[in-house]
Amino acid sequence: MDREKRNHYIRLFSAIAAVYIIITILEFTLRPTSIVFTVLRKGAIYSLVAVSMNLLNGFTGLFSLGQAGFMLLGAYTYAIFTMPVSVKQSERVYRYYECIVPFDTGVFIGLIAAGLVAAFFAFLIGLPVLRLKSDYLAIATLGFAEIIRAIFQWDVLGPLTNGANLLREFKDLSRITIPFTDIPFPPTLFVFIVVGICVLLIVLLINSSYGRAFKAIRDDETAAEAMGINLFRHKELSFVISSFFAGVSGALLAMFQYTVQAQQFRTVLTYEILLIVVIGGIGSISGSCIASFLYIALSEWWLRGLDMGTFLGIEAPDLFRSGFRRLVFSVIIMVIVLFFSRGIMGDKELSYERFKSGVRRLMPGRRSR
Amino acid sequence: MADFFHQNLSYFLSGISVGGQYALIAIGYTMVYGILRLINFAHGDVFMCAGLMMVYFSSSLPFAISIPAVLLLTLLLGFVIERVAYKPLRSAPRMSVMISAIGVSYLLQNAALYFTGGLAKVYPEIPFLSRSVQIWGATTRVVTLVTPVLTVVLVVLLTLLIKHTKIGMAMRAVSRDFETSQLMGIKINRVISMTFMLGSILAAVASLLYFTNYASVTPTSGAMPGLKAFVAAVFGGIGSIPGAVIGAFIIGICENIIKGGASIFGIPGSGWTTFSDAFTFAFLIIVLIVRPTGLFGEKSVDKV
Repeated sequence: MDREKRNHYIRLFSAIAAVYIIITILEFTLRPTSIVFTVLRKGAIYSLVAVSMNLLNGFTGLFSLGQAGFMLLGAYTYAIFTMPVSVKQSERVYRYYECIVPFDTGVFIGLIAAGLVAAFFAFLIGLPVLRLKSDYLAIATLGFAEIIRAIFQWDVLGPLTNGANLLREFKDLSRITIPFTDIPFPPTLFVFIVVGICVLLIVLLINSSYGRAFKAIRDDETAAEAMGINLFRHKELSFVISSFFAGVSGALLAMFQYTVQAQQFRTVLTYEILLIVVIGGIGSISGSCIASFLYIALSEWWLRGLDMGTFLGIEAPDLFRSGFRRLVFSVIIMVIVLFFSRGIMGDKELSYERFKSGVRRLMPGRRSR
Repeated sequence: MADFFHQNLSYFLSGISVGGQYALIAIGYTMVYGILRLINFAHGDVFMCAGLMMVYFSSSLPFAISIPAVLLLTLLLGFVIERVAYKPLRSAPRMSVMISAIGVSYLLQNAALYFTGGLAKVYPEIPFLSRSVQIWGATTRVVTLVTPVLTVVLVVLLTLLIKHTKIGMAMRAVSRDFETSQLMGIKINRVISMTFMLGSILAAVASLLYFTNYASVTPTSGAMPGLKAFVAAVFGGIGSIPGAVIGAFIIGICENIIKGGASIFGIPGSGWTTFSDAFTFAFLIIVLIVRPTGLFGEKSVDKV
């Protein structure tokens, strides 16, 4: 390994370690109800699903809009798996149905199961759907997400999904503990660890020979096939893996918000994630992560005032009323889509060199010396 | 058999009526796709905006003014959306245009959310259309009977326009071959704008008919009809107008038969309405797999 490369890895690992140390410090110093934690947790969860969507849209060139459906599968699987049996048998959650799931599992198994169920459905749906071309694929996966949502609200499945009512009292972020002890796990750190592992796995996949095959398919399907890449197998693989991580992020979202209801996994959720991917740059993992933290911070924190009557010290309750934030937001998104279609990162990744040259460009005085 | 029809007449009637409304929306999708190869995700939201405009106008203006105003403004909305959001991306990859369409859809929904304050707005009762009538023992509104007739009349007019006018000929040429028609001196941008305006005005007519039946408008009430109309367009063979109309009627009728599942199939349960939505998409996926080009679609071959 040459020096350049070694330096790169050292910088990368120290940056990642720094992030985790900061999270841990924050966890022990700030109030647990602080808005910073909401932004960090939700931002991390959205990063995972954005990265998983980027794997499909940005790296394999499959324009799929089924993300909300796979998140729903993950969220429900997790909730049903980890809800304690005593809660399942009581009237507290399953009020109108007899729950038919006689077991409960730990957090870890719940998360894995969430991913596996989403991946399994992706496998089934992928068999027919992945033979379709670009925009037909988009609409078919969108349709699939809607079907899943309708089926989960169906009252015949009530004993499993609690019908259209919500699920709660499963092992959410306030109920997780450090393994083999009763000490509560720092929730934000937990989210970051899970998301970190998943994103790392996706990055490893993209840099492997499979990842190169995915990119070849994206760039030119016919040429990739001529080079001996099995188109269908690789598309299916990418679709299943992406859905697995979408399922995991759905489970994390369930943990984050303490309740699950099929109603919230609408098409709009997929659209939001797609827009995050676009803002970050299609084909850039770090771009997706940055964009989702930015998106969540803007919508949950910095632009809050637009909904509450006061923004940047300007008081205008008639203009800044409920919903204005999202309106401003969608205008910003349109501007990005139309004028900065490459997003924050384009298809490049964040690196020290890029950062350094960016800083240098901002300070022209130093270079002209 | 006659008895069975008699008992479930209301389902069949609303099926035909909803089918007509979907048809009017589906034409907008299919024409735009035929020319730009773009799924205009914002079309359903244009339809919703037309509904909201009607709510606001009719509160202060008489119907004789508010209805033409809604038609005109929706037409303008379609024109503006195309000019602002799609035209700058004409040479960009298809995915970018589709993302822009999704962005417009998101924008329109959020704008509607802001202006309505998230409340469902009560749709005004249009005096002639909202009146109840009795047909063969089933009570329904006049709109149910007007819709299929109006749909057929409008489709015939549109077909005449496309077959026999200069702009119609230009549309056919552009949808056949974008680049060549440009070389032949067809003003592409004018044709595309015209297509969007036609689609939007038909969506506005559909919104008049649809919301009279449903009585309230919410920011998301355009999404479902929009998607279903799109499914209809795909089923009929995207790009083909008669295909879209036939597809829309089939989907509208099937959907309402499923909604009435409790009495038609004799299986009780309250999940039938939920299922009618799922049915449309299951149907879409099956159509795409069995016959991706739809009923009347043209086969396309990928060339290297």
